[in-house]
Amino acid sequence: MTIVEGMGGVLPAVEIAVAGEGAVCDPSGALYLPADRLLVVSDLHLEKGSSYARRGSMLPPYDTAATLKRLAAVIDRHRPAAVVSLGDSFHDAGGAGRMPEAFRERLLALMAGRQWYWISGNHDPLPPEGLPGHWVEELAVGSLIFRHEPSQGEAEGEIAGHLHPGARIVRRGRSVRRACFASDGARLVMPAFGSLTGTLNVLDRAFAGLFRREALTAYMLGAERVYPITGAMLRPA
Amino acid sequence: MTPIDGDSAALLPAPFREWFSARGWTPRSHQLELLRRTGEGRSALLIAPTGAGKTLAGFLPSLTDLAGRLKPKPGEPRRGVHTLYISPLKALAVDIQRNLTQPVDEMGLDIRMETRTGDTPAHKRQRQKHVPPDILLTTPEQLALLIASADAERFFAGLKYVVLDELHSLVTSKRGHLLSLGLARLRRLAPGLVGIGLSATVAEPDALRRWLVDQTQTAAMADIVTVAGGAKPEITILETEERVPWSGHSARYAIPAVYEAIRRHKTTLLFVNTRSQAELLFRELWHINEDNLPIALHHGSLDVAQRRRVEKAMETNSLRAIVATSTLDLGIDWGDVDLVVHVGAPKGASRLAQRIGRSNHRMDEPSRAILVPANRFEVMECRAALEANYLGAQDTPPLGDGALDVLAQHVLGRACAGPFDEAEFFDEVRSAAAYSGLDAATFSRVVEFVATGGYALKTYERYARIRRMKDGRWRISHPRIAQQYRLNVGTIVEAPMLNVRLTRQRGGAMRGGMVLGKVEEYFLETLAPGDTFMFSGRTLRFEGIRENECFVTSAAGQDAMVPSYAGGKFPLSTYLAGEVRAMLGDPERWRALPEQVADWLRIQKEKSVLPRRQDLLVETFPRASRHYMVAYPFEGRLAHQTLGMLLTRRLERAGARPLGFVATDYSLAIWGLEDMGGMIRRGVLSLAQLFDEDMLGDDLEAWLADSWLLKRTFRNCAVISGLVEKRHPGQEKTGRQVTVSADLIYDVLRAHEPDHILLQATWRDAATGLLDIARLGEMLSRTRGRIMHKDLERISPLAVPAMLEIGREPVPGGASESLLGEAADSLIEEAMGGA
Repeated sequence: MTIVEGMGGVLPAVEIAVAGEGAVCDPSGALYLPADRLLVVSDLHLEKGSSYARRGSMLPPYDTAATLKRLAAVIDRHRPAAVVSLGDSFHDAGGAGRMPEAFRERLLALMAGRQWYWISGNHDPLPPEGLPGHWVEELAVGSLIFRHEPSQGEAEGEIAGHLHPGARIVRRGRSVRRACFASDGARLVMPAFGSLTGTLNVLDRAFAGLFRREALTAYMLGAERVYPITGAMLRPA
Repeated sequence: MTPIDGDSAALLPAPFREWFSARGWTPRSHQLELLRRTGEGRSALLIAPTGAGKTLAGFLPSLTDLAGRLKPKPGEPRRGVHTLYISPLKALAVDIQRNLTQPVDEMGLDIRMETRTGDTPAHKRQRQKHVPPDILLTTPEQLALLIASADAERFFAGLKYVVLDELHSLVTSKRGHLLSLGLARLRRLAPGLVGIGLSATVAEPDALRRWLVDQTQTAAMADIVTVAGGAKPEITILETEERVPWSGHSARYAIPAVYEAIRRHKTTLLFVNTRSQAELLFRELWHINEDNLPIALHHGSLDVAQRRRVEKAMETNSLRAIVATSTLDLGIDWGDVDLVVHVGAPKGASRLAQRIGRSNHRMDEPSRAILVPANRFEVMECRAALEANYLGAQDTPPLGDGALDVLAQHVLGRACAGPFDEAEFFDEVRSAAAYSGLDAATFSRVVEFVATGGYALKTYERYARIRRMKDGRWRISHPRIAQQYRLNVGTIVEAPMLNVRLTRQRGGAMRGGMVLGKVEEYFLETLAPGDTFMFSGRTLRFEGIRENECFVTSAAGQDAMVPSYAGGKFPLSTYLAGEVRAMLGDPERWRALPEQVADWLRIQKEKSVLPRRQDLLVETFPRASRHYMVAYPFEGRLAHQTLGMLLTRRLERAGARPLGFVATDYSLAIWGLEDMGGMIRRGVLSLAQLFDEDMLGDDLEAWLADSWLLKRTFRNCAVISGLVEKRHPGQEKTGRQVTVSADLIYDVLRAHEPDHILLQATWRDAATGLLDIARLGEMLSRTRGRIMHKDLERISPLAVPAMLEIGREPVPGGASESLLGEAADSLIEEAMGGA
């Protein structure tokens, strides 16, 4: 465990290694690679509320603002030279076009002065309308490879999103469920960063074959710190 | 039997008079009275105990009217529905149809009757729309669907009667609110509509009378016809040589005596309050069932097929006893039950009366009932319920204001039927009793909510579900909205449930096996593989969860480790609570109690004190290395739980370092590290301040922010109001996923728009529901200046029951963060070898 000092104050974060590369799991759900000054966020699902509203479910229109606010805070904390948005950045292909002007400006301000990589996801198979940044399918940095959907079988150094991992423990008759980073040291699946995104238990079948079971650790997101929990303590659904 | 007088001869058409006399029957006076009043076009409420011929009475006005109807002339447009019957249970609608068919056929009347429920096939529903039956028997949800359809106006134009069965059980719930709005709509579609309410005895019949009629005129009331109760039931409290336990709910001590009672009667109905009690009682009875008597189990979580088998066996009188929860509370006929046994206290006097009514369906013979208290407080509660029964006292809950989420659903339904004018519709809504106090501003906010979500941030105008047209009326923006509405109608939001499947392989592949029923997800969440629990009359070993199913193996012969899951627990009624307090404070009344219970109270009086009826007793004492504070408000578990949450926050601030608390129906025990009794003596801690009503302000607000209770309530409001969609079988969105997303929505909404109308609706629900704040507030104001403190050297007799509960259930509260911390730390401990 290490203390990361940033402009936003002192936050206990967890330092881990994926395929030998050092990385920091931030309690916000972002991953920071200090060697490359690279910040990774996954599954922002911006404009999810309006995507539902279009179909008649009037979810609160505050998700984009909330997600951008948290994104601004974590960027401010680490001051990265580059940001990778690991796919499903918008909830649907029209999301960027629907985004209210004020939010667009806020996002542009965050992008200014740093490299920005949009990785394509299943929800956003096309580049976001009217936004700068590099649009890529995958991105390789050192021994790491960033892509939205985890590939089948072993994939040393893969950082992916898509699955919205969450974990559950039971202690003293109470159950606690949180979003988490899931990793076995070889591969890492990122938690969803968006504020209206749910989780899928890491023991669900969808994760089958992704991790060496005995090496799996769920880095569960707390309010102010990240809790590493070994696979043996995790409970399904 | 009195001969029919001239008056009734005029009321009853010939075929009816002949039918009655052919069977050697005479119409009962209440049946004729109801006929007379409704014949004059007035709505009426019929209050009658079970077995009084309520159903026939309710239908006589409609049947006689239909019998006198002329044959349709050629070319006359098809007639709509003449009579609508609405019941809370699908099964009841089917049962009533069967019971009515006989007299209708025997009198040779040309009347078409049909049921319409969720089970009615689509083609039949379609046909009913085109060729409506004379009498349609249905449920509140189906009524909501019917009035939301574009042809509602034509369908209901000829409606003359609406018969509302088991009205007392409907009106206090959100289903009742929906029905109340539906009834208001029907009155507009069919002016002159006569409402007939059928109800068991209730505490405030006037509330039901208002409920039945248009409230545009303040406090207008329907007529009332009351049938005096038949023979008084014979109720006894089980007497036994065995020791009555101090606490717990199992009543194990009484099992042999209960078994004896079953042996001595033809058919016994055994009622309990929770499903876990039902499971336990059922198993214990079979343990000693040496005569192999056919004893069955019936509760809401069991597989439907299994329940139907039990019900069939009941009808044919092939069972000797049946253990049931509230699933058997309502009026379906169950053959020849000659004894009702209530295991555990009934929690309410009216509930007891209704349950006893399940036995002996002939009014002139007394029902027999035995009450079996599970612990010493319950002895007093049973005694109070028994006395209430002889006094005819009732404690059915007050009706309460209509919920806003239900109103939102109704507004969308109204728009689906056709364009509406807001002001006119507002008047209609206020004519419903449940919404008569609604103000125009709130109504407008609900309409806005239906249109665009009602958010302060107006970004959804272009996606609006309903829009105001040029003429000022509202209409749906797309036919798709009406389809969505139809899929989401109703107010019953099921807690996420998982199928329980019995497999053979332990720890092996989880697949196949028989489905035993369904269990709430929140119960399963606390289980680890290998834990044993009781369900469907068996002890089961939890193996794991896969997708939406829970897999178990048989653990026959083992004791269940996980004691309970409390599905369907009723809080102690205010009336019975008051009676128990009165009994406690009046030694004269102890004579009616068993000696061991009276002794217990005498010793309490010696060692501590017994509070008078209006007082609140608070005891403090040390035990082991802890200090305890036990309060005795007698306001039911929900209110005590809320009180416990709030008091521990306050004690924390006062420096008493509380560690936890446990709430029962009768008392609340808090323990901590500091000597709270000493703090009060020294004047560092003031009980008056500690129990001040202002705890319902900021403290409550702060605690609620993160409470799962509020989240669960919000989830229901979100589904009912149409903010999130209801799940449907086979759809990818399972109930469990709804839970997640509703929680997320709740967090976002609380952070960004804490005044949102749906949060207000949630708060109102919680105040009367899971948190029981209303009752807590009444208690705090009642006991102001009447708190008796007793600082003791050791535990008092009265405190024992609550103290015994400590450790039986997980301590509520406590941040989940600290549990995560513990889990993470145990890892470090493991790494450091426990050093």
